[in-house]
Amino acid sequence: MASTITKTPPKVRPKHLNLFQIRQPLPAIMSIMHRISGAALFLFLPPLLWLLDRSLDTEIGYDTVKGYLSLVIVKIVLLGLLYGFMHHFCAGIRYLFLDLHKGIDLKSARLSAGLVYVFSIPMTLVAAWLLLF
Amino acid sequence: MTIKRIVVGAHYGFRDWLGQRVTAVLMALYAILLVIVLAVQRPADYLAWFNVFSPVWMKVATLTFLACLFYHAWVGMRDIWMDYVKATGVRLVLEVGTLIYLVACGMWALKIFV
Repeated sequence: MASTITKTPPKVRPKHLNLFQIRQPLPAIMSIMHRISGAALFLFLPPLLWLLDRSLDTEIGYDTVKGYLSLVIVKIVLLGLLYGFMHHFCAGIRYLFLDLHKGIDLKSARLSAGLVYVFSIPMTLVAAWLLLF
Repeated sequence: MTIKRIVVGAHYGFRDWLGQRVTAVLMALYAILLVIVLAVQRPADYLAWFNVFSPVWMKVATLTFLACLFYHAWVGMRDIWMDYVKATGVRLVLEVGTLIYLVACGMWALKIFV
């Protein structure tokens, strides 16, 4: 057996480390979006804490925050952050199941990656409808 | 069963790995709680909004959520720095910066809810 192994010529495997040349499967896209959404939520902690602080501090602060929330640019940023939260939330629940070795075969992993979008997008739209419009 | 591997550092990283998941579950529970509270109370003005966060249990729950958030974010951001920033000096600065940023956010959270 050993001789047959040594006789086989070494396979030259292509190395594609350029992320933009690799076709990313759905779980990979979902995974990097989990990371990007987490980083975005991290970066926007101060403005979010500021909005929360002002809105709870005084009635004038509450009205100020309401004023800011009526601006289109603020609505767009918050819509993005809401989606970031929903994606991070749904993808996070999926990862918790994967950690428990639930749904780790390729078929269910692809299906659950799709389900992250099936849930997070409508959840974002409902939350945005209730909170921003 | 014993697994032999080369270990670098004081611990295997299991504590942070587990901590990130425990905080994730607690935050998810708080998110559900908050949605229920908002759906029941439907705060439409300042006083109603203020009263959402005025009970002691809600302050405790919210501060616990925020503490979980800051620890969770620390583990996640450190993972990002470890994956993408190879220069040790730059990474150290980014990690210390992340810690200061998160501790400052924590102080701010205490100011809001205590």
